[in-house]
Amino acid sequence: MAALGQHAVSKVKNAESQLVQEWIAALEASGGTRNVKGDELKADTREFLQLITSSLENGAGTAIGAAQWEDTRQFLERLSRNRAQMGQDSSQTANFIFALKGPFFALLQKEFASEPQLLAEQLLQASELFDALGLHTIRTYQASREAVIRRQQEELLELSTPVVKLWDGVLALPMIGTLDSQRTQVVMESLLQRIVDTGSEIAIIDITGVPTVDTLVAQHLLKTVTAIRLMGADCIISGVRPQIAQTIVHLGLDLQGVVTKANLADALALAMRRLGVTFTKAQ
Amino acid sequence: MNVRSSGSQPVRVEQDVVMARQVSRKLAQDCGMRLIDLTKLVTAVSELARNTMVYGGGGDMDWQILDDNGRTGLRLTFRDEGPGIPDIKLAMTDGWTSGGGLGLGLTGAKRLVDEFELDTAPGAGTRVTITRWT
Ligand SMILES: Nc1ncnc2c1ncn2[C@@H]1O[C@H](COP(=O)(O)OP(=O)(O)O)[C@@H](O)[C@H]1O
Ligand SMILES: [Mg+2]
Repeated sequence: MAALGQHAVSKVKNAESQLVQEWIAALEASGGTRNVKGDELKADTREFLQLITSSLENGAGTAIGAAQWEDTRQFLERLSRNRAQMGQDSSQTANFIFALKGPFFALLQKEFASEPQLLAEQLLQASELFDALGLHTIRTYQASREAVIRRQQEELLELSTPVVKLWDGVLALPMIGTLDSQRTQVVMESLLQRIVDTGSEIAIIDITGVPTVDTLVAQHLLKTVTAIRLMGADCIISGVRPQIAQTIVHLGLDLQGVVTKANLADALALAMRRLGVTFTKAQ
Repeated sequence: MNVRSSGSQPVRVEQDVVMARQVSRKLAQDCGMRLIDLTKLVTAVSELARNTMVYGGGGDMDWQILDDNGRTGLRLTFRDEGPGIPDIKLAMTDGWTSGGGLGLGLTGAKRLVDEFELDTAPGAGTRVTITRWT
């Protein structure tokens, strides 16, 4: 069954500019237009109205998954992505649809005032349609938002894993913050790659910035150390403060012969000794 | 013994484990705990909160700050309604894991605190209570 009768659709078409005007007023009142340029909003509202009237003219129902709603769906997907990137939240974005309800229903009420039975039916259909379109908007908004967050997380991951060359043959990896598995994976991969690229012999993993070393963190560290050794390089873990050292002992962790140092300076001194580099103070 | 203050924290997702550590660190500081004891306690929290999330399917961490004859303590209970632990002796063995862990979480946590209590049964969930005194 068609969502709205052709009579109603033609009324909507005739009242287009008035509807757009009232709709924009409703949007502004709800604060849903923040950051959206006036011209853009006018173009969006007009295009959306034209899209739905043309779908309804073709007899489209309230099932918005139907082919007749394809253009409208695509329009809303574009709008959601756009709004998500502008930093609007999901309710502001969905309000684009819901703010049209008021003016739209008022129009139907006016046109069908003398036919309550028909009015009730048209209102129900219109309501179903708007809800479906609103939900679709929220769903696409969320997908876009998640994509934005994922991208930010990935950027953060890359930023937070600097591999520093301290000396010819010596790389340092300062780890900072919480070592959740995903980040540790990235850290490990970039360190291993840099060891290959630079032909380094010694890698220093500095955990001064890691507040808690539990068994999961230790497991990640040990995996990294094993991989480094398999590549023929050596590994030193620095930043093992006294309280961390004691905690490691109580946990019963076996560091499998990994050399640990209290700070990065001590680790570097050891690395230099191993490479046969000696320093003397200038006279 | 007197309960000075108490509260609760959800332990459902990875981020909650981070929060559990932060909350217990703050509470331990409020108790005036030394850095070494604080570090041990927070590490135990990390182990138990992760177990609650991974094996217990999520649960809660309850905390209490206790006053007892001039000493102050922090008591934390991790509870879930998960599958429970069928063989407590086995679970309390260094190096035993049913997952891919190091199997040192429960035993390690026990060594890191003053009091440790494990209450669990198959189908009845798991409760682990730890206390650290200043
Ligand atoms: N809350 C829990 N619910 C069910 N099983 C648990 C729970 N906590 C621990 N276990 C069981 O005890 C085992 C040992 O735990 P743990 O010592 O932390 O080692 P790991 O986490 O490395 O496996 C786990 O592998 C699991 O089978
Ligand atoms: Mg564990």
